[in-house]
Amino acid sequence: MIKKVNIWLDGKHLEVPETMTIIEAADKYNVNIPRLCYHPDLPPTANCGVCVVEVAGNPTPKRACCTPVAEGMKIVTNSKLLRSYRKTLVEMILSHHDVVCPTCSANNKCELQTLANNMGVDPDTLPNIMHKAPIDATSPSIVRDVNKCIACGRCVTVCNDVQTVYALTFSDRGIESQITSAFGSGMANSACVNCGQCTVYCPTGALRENSDIDAVWDAVLDPLKHVIVQEAPAIRVSLAEEFGMELGTITVKKMYAALRKIGFDAVMDTNFTADLTILEEGTECVNKLKSGSKRPLITSCSPGWIKFMETYYPDLADCVSTAKSPMSMFGVLSKTYYAQEQNIDPANIVSVAIMPCIAKKFEARRPEMRDSGFQDTDYVLTTRELLRMIKEAGIDLKYVKEEDADETMSFYTGAGTIFGTTGGVMEAAIRSAYTLVTGEELEEIDITAVRGLEGVKEATIPVPGFGDLHVAVAHGLSNARLVMDRIREGLNTTGESPWHFVEIMACPGGCVGGGGQPYGNNMAMRARRGEGLYHEDRNLPIRKSHHNPEIKRIYERFLGEPNSPLAHRLLHTHYFKRSVNNGQVIEEATHKHH
Amino acid sequence: MFLDICKKYPPTKDNLIYILHEIQDTHPQHYISEEAVQVISEYLAVPVNHIYGVLTFYSMYSTKPRGKYIIRLCESPPCYIKSSDIILRRLKSLLHVNVGETTKDGLFTLELCACLGVCGNAPVMMINDDVYGDLTEEKIDSIIDKLSEV
Repeated sequence: MIKKVNIWLDGKHLEVPETMTIIEAADKYNVNIPRLCYHPDLPPTANCGVCVVEVAGNPTPKRACCTPVAEGMKIVTNSKLLRSYRKTLVEMILSHHDVVCPTCSANNKCELQTLANNMGVDPDTLPNIMHKAPIDATSPSIVRDVNKCIACGRCVTVCNDVQTVYALTFSDRGIESQITSAFGSGMANSACVNCGQCTVYCPTGALRENSDIDAVWDAVLDPLKHVIVQEAPAIRVSLAEEFGMELGTITVKKMYAALRKIGFDAVMDTNFTADLTILEEGTECVNKLKSGSKRPLITSCSPGWIKFMETYYPDLADCVSTAKSPMSMFGVLSKTYYAQEQNIDPANIVSVAIMPCIAKKFEARRPEMRDSGFQDTDYVLTTRELLRMIKEAGIDLKYVKEEDADETMSFYTGAGTIFGTTGGVMEAAIRSAYTLVTGEELEEIDITAVRGLEGVKEATIPVPGFGDLHVAVAHGLSNARLVMDRIREGLNTTGESPWHFVEIMACPGGCVGGGGQPYGNNMAMRARRGEGLYHEDRNLPIRKSHHNPEIKRIYERFLGEPNSPLAHRLLHTHYFKRSVNNGQVIEEATHKHH
Repeated sequence: MFLDICKKYPPTKDNLIYILHEIQDTHPQHYISEEAVQVISEYLAVPVNHIYGVLTFYSMYSTKPRGKYIIRLCESPPCYIKSSDIILRRLKSLLHVNVGETTKDGLFTLELCACLGVCGNAPVMMINDDVYGDLTEEKIDSIIDKLSEV
């Protein structure tokens, strides 16, 4: 039982747990203390000093983010002194900030912009002492613009503590202190796995995706190109919030309509290939179980996780499913199966993917992802980029009339849609793997043990004819480490993994919390989007991938059967060992088998 | 070679500073290379970005190759009052370098530093481990001449 203490916040008496900081107590009671570096999902770093409050009995103001509440504490959140402190701090930050708000990717979402605006900072009184430094655009995924960085350190915390990727750090000190990759090598030559969580937590526009909007507009407006689009599961629950609808509302048919209005020639759905992934990965899993292998099968959908594994756990690469991600399966099929069905020259097809993910941009450019004879997925746009395109096209999603997707490669089941949230791939896989092993249907298909935001989730599913199936789910890469370390230890000591089947997603919350999702993100919002996907799953007529009639059709007409030679050639991949110092490939970790 | 230095210390994080010092001191170019950081990273199990953060935080460490002689001219107020700016100008023109740069022959690196604790002899500089005080432009010429000859 946590003890409660009495505090007086702006004269109002409150009883709050003694473990809270002042800012947490204030947030709980809707008292908004201005802040810049503090974020509710992250431990406080006390870098910016904007959240200062006056605490009776103290000669100087205290930072609310890192000052715990105490019995009898009297706190003032707004005073002449505090206003002048905060305003001075914001002015100092702005005087060496590249103030280009109208063209900035974070415009209207920028916490510095909002703060300066709320405080009525007069730009004419500010000297500009900024020396413009080059922008780091080495990575296909992430752009770092140090000129917009306010050195709050959120990205450093997320990169090192939440994701344990160790790409970003503070270098130098004092006025010269800045955030950078080791030896200023650029993101492409660092341990960065492109998860993009730094871009989501950045309060300004200093970290953003490497945009492909112009290239996609050019393709869409080119009458000679046949431009097709797929959307990841998480997209359908991440657009509503930007158009005045409730957070997590499913806008799948409005999304299809908006994409057609933008000018895509064919609108399909990644959820279809999510179902296909279940058949490929599920078959792989069942074959592994039947072979009596002591090594686990680990999911392979998340490209941030894949690069992380290649960097930090290449010795376990053989445990990772060879199945490509749903996006890349879609990409390769769009230029083979779809081209064949529609009688279109694949050279004229431009395959675009809308993803909640920044690492997908890296994945699409991997040399292995060219099994169609072309780059399988030409462009990846993040949710944020799609939102900009929708707005540029003058579309208000709220009032768009719903439309269906095109018929090919778009029909999906509830299993496909929950891929977008942590535990979803596992749940979808179990629904089908059960049938693949037993020949019978799983009755209780809501596998709630693998749902929710706990960092590592475990479950045991009794499977007749096999025994107990032990599974684990991890989201966020520090949690992935916990799971991988236990697997490595198990294999090295008893020769056995603690689990048969493991799902890992790089981003906290899974894809709904991806690095390409709208700014102003937090764990509570991620959970709401995840609930949206479970809601859709409950209401879909078919909820198991192996019952998807379009999946049956693609195997009948094109692929043969799951894990067939053609399926292996097009839908499976192999992995590399990468340097922890610069992320570059050292050697193959597994071989591509045809 | 870097690993040999590392192994003189137990592989715990608190030895990072000592290892960095010894690697820099024993390197003919008085710096810590990316390769050295990678070796330390593996030995101590500390990520390279953390080591880079430490390395750049302390001004005594360098990530760039430096000359045989590292000149550290004091830029604190007592030396400044005694015209350290004139000494700096002399050094720059004599060596054809700016602060932080190394001469083409790899002999001298020019740096500025905080108080060296001998304000009584201001203006002061150090070259490697030796202190030179009561500097004048003439003195600078002869010191540099002497070191260049060897």
